[in-house]
Amino acid sequence: MLNPPTLFLILSFMMNKPESVSYYPLGDSAVVAVFSEAISEQVNHRIRLVGLGLDKLENPGILEYVPAFTTITVYYDLLSIEFAEVVEQIERIVAALPEEIHFSSVNKVIPIWYDGPDLDEVMDYTGLSKEEVVRLHSENEYIVYMIGFAPGFAYLGGMDSRLSTPRKPTPRLKIEPGSVGIAGAQTGIYPIETPGGWQIIGKTPVRLFDASKEIPSFLAAGDRLRFDPISEAEYLRMKGADYGD
Amino acid sequence: MGISVVKPGMLTTVQDLGRFGFQKYGMITSGAMDKLALRLGNLLLGNEEDTPALECTSIGPSLLFQKQQLICVTGADLSPAIDQRPIPIWKPVVVPAGAQLTFGKPKKGWRSYLCFYGGLDVPKVLGSASTYLRGAIGGWQGRALQKGDQLSFCVGWPQESSSFKWRMASSCYRGLANKVIRVIAGPHHPLFDSESQQRLTADLFTISSNSDRMGYRLESANLYLREKKELLSSATTFGTIQVPPDGQPIVLMADHPTTGGYPIIAQVATVDLPLMAQLRPGAKIRFALITIKEAQSLWRAQEDELHKLKLSLALKYGE
Repeated sequence: MLNPPTLFLILSFMMNKPESVSYYPLGDSAVVAVFSEAISEQVNHRIRLVGLGLDKLENPGILEYVPAFTTITVYYDLLSIEFAEVVEQIERIVAALPEEIHFSSVNKVIPIWYDGPDLDEVMDYTGLSKEEVVRLHSENEYIVYMIGFAPGFAYLGGMDSRLSTPRKPTPRLKIEPGSVGIAGAQTGIYPIETPGGWQIIGKTPVRLFDASKEIPSFLAAGDRLRFDPISEAEYLRMKGADYGD
Repeated sequence: MGISVVKPGMLTTVQDLGRFGFQKYGMITSGAMDKLALRLGNLLLGNEEDTPALECTSIGPSLLFQKQQLICVTGADLSPAIDQRPIPIWKPVVVPAGAQLTFGKPKKGWRSYLCFYGGLDVPKVLGSASTYLRGAIGGWQGRALQKGDQLSFCVGWPQESSSFKWRMASSCYRGLANKVIRVIAGPHHPLFDSESQQRLTADLFTISSNSDRMGYRLESANLYLREKKELLSSATTFGTIQVPPDGQPIVLMADHPTTGGYPIIAQVATVDLPLMAQLRPGAKIRFALITIKEAQSLWRAQEDELHKLKLSLALKYGE
């Protein structure tokens, strides 16, 4: 027997109708808008459009927003706007969203030199050859579900499940920025130097986070991207040219 | 010309009110842990509220002034002195050229703000001078002050006069003795078992020594969900109280990550974040639940008080 929320999800999926949005407060100065209980490309796209709608509002009481897997959190100045007004503003944007969502095509390409220290471990675990790991990792289109955990860190969806490999039993103390890793069914790129337990399969010359730029993160929630395998020589050339500008 | 660092202290960083507008890119906001103390320190000097100042933690720095300057120390009382003579906090003080400002025993609170007339001359990164230590971004070279660092003032204090005969009304800053932190129930509060819900407001929580600008770990009886549930990551903010599976809550502070996936049992009322920021490891606190409306009106009352202070200071600084 399915519980009502699950049933509702299935029904709404069948009818291809977006679910209604619910709202809850996070403390005294933030509204969390919940678009679904489950991750999907449609939900991701709707959240992206709401973010763009909030940008257009230019309401000084709405300070900033943080998109996530199924939510968007809107921080507001409680001296100039009320919780209910913020909800109303979001509702208005939601009401104007197109019913049929046209997913955008790939808008970012990230070159990767597949030469990570954990390639062997991934090959052992998955039983794939190096060529197959590279092909499967670079063949799919990925979607940026959200940015979080660290500046410029993207939670990506779309990795081929055959590449799934558990995290390293002992995390590395230092992982270079630009390292591309696999952790369970996820893949991601480390934007800044940090400790971490992901299986590192390659690195990109793209600077994923650069605080000196007006938009500091190379990736944003809702982006669609592809990985492009490159050689060591190309990696070094791009690295020198500060690719990502 | 400005100050030269003789001793850096335990953790002395440049902070303003924080770096906002980039959380959607995962950028940590940083900024002063006790924003009220920073704002007041700046206002007392006739500065803009968000002027960059030094946040001194527990053991303050020793600084040689190469140039006369007007300063104001606020927040914690870390026993500041000029050439060994104790100086008052919450009051502008002129430091003569060649004098040394030192800090001694932490008497009350944990974080002191050293504000300078016109502020410190540090570049802004993404609109803020705040230091984000883990990312090595902003502030003074992205790091805490070290011995030998030379920081410049934006302007000097030109006047000879050094007597400020007025004091800030104590109602502008709640006492640090208060150990009750007011919180609002978090989005996942109903998912916790009833015993944990009761413990949240009945138990004493101890600030663990494993606490920093990113978050305070609290020691308490374990808090548990009714049933295990994996949550999808969503935004977290300054004052978010999240509970990892080990049951020991964490209060996220100024260098909080922008998102997190642990259940959120409560959120500290914005008006009580300064109290939280002044707690030292080992301190015991209690939480009291209030409504969002109450939290908001407490904030408005504080801002009214600050507005009055601004008006009277504008007269004193002749603006």
